[in-house]
Amino acid sequence: MALLEIDNLQTQFFTSAGIVKAVDGVSYTVEQGETVAVVGESGSGKSVTAMSIMRLIPWPPGKIVGGSVNFDGKDLLALTDDEMRSIRGRDIGMIFQEPMTSLNPVLTIGLQLTEPMIAHLQMSEKDAMAKATKLLDLVGISEPERRLSQYPHHLSGGMRQRVVIAMALACDPKLIIADEPTTALDVTIQAQILELMKNLTRDLGVAMIIITHNLGVVARYADRVNVMYAGRIIESGTATEIYHKPRHPYTLALLKSIPRMDRQRTEKLDPVDGQPPDLTKLDQGCSFRPRCRFSTDACSKSFPVLEEVGPGHTSACFEKENLAKEIKEVVG
Amino acid sequence: MNDVKTQKRVSKTGSSDGFEEVLVDVKNLKMYFPVTEGVFIPKVVAHVKAVDDVSFQIFRGETLGVVGESGCGKTTTGRCILQLEKPTAGEIIYNGSDITQFNSKQMIDVRKKIQVIFQDPYSSLNPRMKVGDILSEPMKVHNIIPSEADRQTRVRYLLNVCGLASAFADRYPHEMSGGQRQRVGIARALAMEPELIICDEAVSALDVSIQAQVINLLEDLRDEFDLTYLFISHDLSVVRHICHRVAVMYLGHVVELADGDELFENPMHPYTQLLLNAVPIPDPEIEKSRAHEIIKGEIPSPINPPPGCVFHPRCPSAIDVCKSEFPPLRELKPGHWVACSQV
Repeated sequence: MALLEIDNLQTQFFTSAGIVKAVDGVSYTVEQGETVAVVGESGSGKSVTAMSIMRLIPWPPGKIVGGSVNFDGKDLLALTDDEMRSIRGRDIGMIFQEPMTSLNPVLTIGLQLTEPMIAHLQMSEKDAMAKATKLLDLVGISEPERRLSQYPHHLSGGMRQRVVIAMALACDPKLIIADEPTTALDVTIQAQILELMKNLTRDLGVAMIIITHNLGVVARYADRVNVMYAGRIIESGTATEIYHKPRHPYTLALLKSIPRMDRQRTEKLDPVDGQPPDLTKLDQGCSFRPRCRFSTDACSKSFPVLEEVGPGHTSACFEKENLAKEIKEVVG
Repeated sequence: MNDVKTQKRVSKTGSSDGFEEVLVDVKNLKMYFPVTEGVFIPKVVAHVKAVDDVSFQIFRGETLGVVGESGCGKTTTGRCILQLEKPTAGEIIYNGSDITQFNSKQMIDVRKKIQVIFQDPYSSLNPRMKVGDILSEPMKVHNIIPSEADRQTRVRYLLNVCGLASAFADRYPHEMSGGQRQRVGIARALAMEPELIICDEAVSALDVSIQAQVINLLEDLRDEFDLTYLFISHDLSVVRHICHRVAVMYLGHVVELADGDELFENPMHPYTQLLLNAVPIPDPEIEKSRAHEIIKGEIPSPINPPPGCVFHPRCPSAIDVCKSEFPPLRELKPGHWVACSQV
């Protein structure tokens, strides 16, 4: 059985401008020890999905209105708050984007790092400190004993993110959710952190959901990819399938709109026209239709469901066959 | 110390004329920010050497990229050219005269010709001004278009050129998306009919699909209005796409300077090599076959930079001499300048 099974998750925000369907029927699974990427642009619902798994959606205005999240045999959405609290930071670790804001500035690194171990694993302070030292060493921080008594502002951005990773690993979780873990970091530090996360998850057998907008990061580190647009997953498959045989117009457009460092500049970028949709004004049709080159009448009548186009590769598009033909023609 | 000599190159955008006319000549630019201690009688205890002896030239019509990580001095270099900072030493020759010596009156004309686009489209527009007023104010201040009606015509024209409907003139910045706001920032820079636009992380805050639209817009405008860009960015993929020449900065120094394709295909400085290696390429097959050599450590403090070559503590090929002498930029191939003694 999969470690995490999200089925038809729906999260909505009730705002004065209307109901924002931030997550609109998202389903995916994460197997033991695998790295799954969720990619999409701002507002596509990738972070809200992660927050919904952790049940961290603030009410009001947000609410999980449907679906189920099965983690390790438990339905997380059916747990009481206390039960949920015993899972957060224990079985599921979380790494946020901003290491500046996810650490408490007035508490020492040691206190923040030992807190989850003392709370969840009932460790003594002394044992927790010993383990904290080991953890800091594991994530590549020099002089770990000295760091334990320092405050977050003593550390650089990359160091802080290493501390956050150490915190996520503190209670030997089964799953780590990393929400844009390296977006705020420089590219060489990003490479250091991602390499570290990859090695740690592999060595410790931890599964990871990595949420990012960076298609390069996905290509380097993910086994499977879910592409999100306007609150739905519109394509899903292995990284190689998604990058070499995209079967959704949005995925194709995304890949064509990014400049690539390994290619000589030959022609202009081919951006997706228009803007992402207003999530309060979605209709029953496909939300990508106004920006799509392939759209037909059928696209305005109902939202296409995710259908298999190859082994483990699904796409939510009525025109996926036409798209496949065109890609073949372009490639030759 | 090392003047980068005029060099010919072939334009990548299709036309075959090289860029020969020097528009801006930056010579031995230094920008040290004092670090003070004490509240009532502040005492300068140290200097942050944000830019330390940087020389390069910007040719008319080209896009010169400046890349590097946070704190390498790329933004400060741009701000010095704009005269938003008074450089500690060095010359910035624009149109034959050193603008670092200009008084504020003399700068007025220069400011019209050198404009800037900032990173954050949220904070670089005044939230209390309508877009039309944001665009027409500089024309009014500099008295380029005295008549109000003509200014409104030009505002509409500028909006259209930047891909926005004329109706946006009556909107406030908060009514627009990030991409639209960045277009307003670009239109504002264009309002003065500048020669040089300094793009400081101009597309970094935008989503991928919107980023591509804005990159295309910047390229179209460059061709249409014969603009020259100094394109400051940390995103190497974008720089590869848009820039003719690229300077790599590290801790206040230019460590490598070459034509775009040459730099990306044949990087010579160890830092450039490691930097390029750190950038993931959006293709899983290529990524599997790449050696992921990770650069060690972090950037040292610019208050107390390492002696000798500033990169030596992190450099895999550093030897003893690197610890004592800073290697000057040398031209190892025509147009390819490298500051490393071991290449």
